[in-house]
Amino acid sequence: MGKMVEIRWHGRGGQGAKTASLLLAEAAFDTGKFIQGFPEYGPERMGAPITAYNRISDEKITIHSNIYEPDYVVVVDETLITSVDVLAGLKEGGAVVINSPKDPEELRPLLKGYEGKIYTVDARTISVEELGRYFPNVPMLGAIVKVTNLMDEDIFVDAMEKSFHHKFATKPQVIEGNMRALKRAMQEVKGL
Amino acid sequence: MAIKDKLSGNEAVAIAMRQIDPDVVAAFPITPSTEVPQYFSQFVANGQVHTEFVAVESEHSAMSACIGAEAAGARTMTATSSQGLALMWEMLYIAASLHLPIVMSVINRALSGPINIHNDHSDSMGARDSGWIQLYCEDNQEAYDNLIQAVRIAEHKDVQLPVMVCFDGFITSHAVENIELIEDEKVKAFVGEYKPGYHLLNKDNPIALGPLDMPAFYFEHKRAQAECMQNAKKVIMEVAQEFEKLTGRKYGFFEEYRMDDAEVAVVVLNSTAGTAKTVVNELRDQGIKAGLIKPRVFRPFPFEEIGKALSGLKAVAVMDKAESFSTAGGPLFAEIRSAMFDYAKDTKAINYIYGLGGRDVRADEIKLVYQDLIDIARTGQVKSTFNYLGIRE
Repeated sequence: MGKMVEIRWHGRGGQGAKTASLLLAEAAFDTGKFIQGFPEYGPERMGAPITAYNRISDEKITIHSNIYEPDYVVVVDETLITSVDVLAGLKEGGAVVINSPKDPEELRPLLKGYEGKIYTVDARTISVEELGRYFPNVPMLGAIVKVTNLMDEDIFVDAMEKSFHHKFATKPQVIEGNMRALKRAMQEVKGL
Repeated sequence: MAIKDKLSGNEAVAIAMRQIDPDVVAAFPITPSTEVPQYFSQFVANGQVHTEFVAVESEHSAMSACIGAEAAGARTMTATSSQGLALMWEMLYIAASLHLPIVMSVINRALSGPINIHNDHSDSMGARDSGWIQLYCEDNQEAYDNLIQAVRIAEHKDVQLPVMVCFDGFITSHAVENIELIEDEKVKAFVGEYKPGYHLLNKDNPIALGPLDMPAFYFEHKRAQAECMQNAKKVIMEVAQEFEKLTGRKYGFFEEYRMDDAEVAVVVLNSTAGTAKTVVNELRDQGIKAGLIKPRVFRPFPFEEIGKALSGLKAVAVMDKAESFSTAGGPLFAEIRSAMFDYAKDTKAINYIYGLGGRDVRADEIKLVYQDLIDIARTGQVKSTFNYLGIRE
């Protein structure tokens, strides 16, 4: 069995965590990987905590449960770290990537006893400055790819541009801003 | 060359429907199958298919419209889930008894109540005696492949029965995974042009469909229907062989995974079979002779084949994602154990009901089932025949 990377996304309904997990799966597919991208569907309310998942592997993936021992956790909404056990099952040697303007070490006291790696990226500022609105998912996607080093960055950026052209076919004016947000997050992620 | 892509199960079956290009699709949206008619109606709107899309006001009407269309001689498809399938109930029996080869994706979801949108197999298991052929699918690839094969099976002159292609709601329908698609022209050539035997619009050979059938003949007609189901076994295998030549992907009545020298095995449908395969691999690495059987064809039931496949094993656990309230195990268990009575009498069999209403099925829980089997194999003692997995008691 080749090495499989498992990622769990925590966000709030409306922030695009599900879309981010699907975009990550698509980009990893473009680099020749076997992929899974799936959300955990609950009562779909704006603002309610939601979870989404990715598996990325060099071999066919047959497991179809949720992910209980992720290699990486992405927290799309900083307020979740005190209300949801976002680090549950996180593997030793894994890492958490949090949407926050703070430095990683400032958040450590909130992650009771956690000794692993923490990365932060200010997805709110990036999103508001580049898109004019708060959509944290694309910056978080850039950050997790940077942190995991899952794929060649150029291939990833190209794949995302292709996805955006497809996804935003009816509103092409948002493509450029999303691309800027993606690249900026890859530059600005803290903790590397 | 196969086309490598990444698609959800719903996208995959919608694409298969585009490639099949049926004459009529009549459907009503219901979670988690909604995306199938949604994507397909876009293909209709874009002129990518020649299909007449009938947006009906309920699933009862959807199946009624499918029956009308298929009776008129049109190749007809639809999709549904859960309550939608339940609302079709009386029409399912009509479709089968009129020998109308309708093909339907059933995106498995729990039946109410309590109301629940998530996956189990209570919907299609409830329809198991309706006279429809039932194919079950582990992932998006199998959903796509089975839907294409279903058209050929249903329309075969010796079968002429409707087919349900069942796959897991959300787990398969909404997860994006790798898939290999077949080129459009190859799918079209594989399914061929539909040439209905008897149909209402054939003025040269007028027929009646659905008249009152009194005791003088009803029984013979039911017997004839059962004969078609019997014929389906041969046709399912022939179509699978032809499909393998086209794609290299092998299908049968069931998949045997690492069964060659297995001593214990789990029998389980759909996506959970994929999770169980990872457990089998782990146990095999520890030297434990574990295997897995994943039924693909539940109607007709491969009684002799599956019975023989389980002979020689020490212990078998049949897993049901549906509660039949018989107090004697789930529907899959009842039939498999019946087959084992003839062909695998010395193999101990236990039942686990699992995953109802979308309760996630974890690999470590399936490990507990294998542990149970290992204990039975060692001691020869079954402590409990009817069990529940992953539940708070």
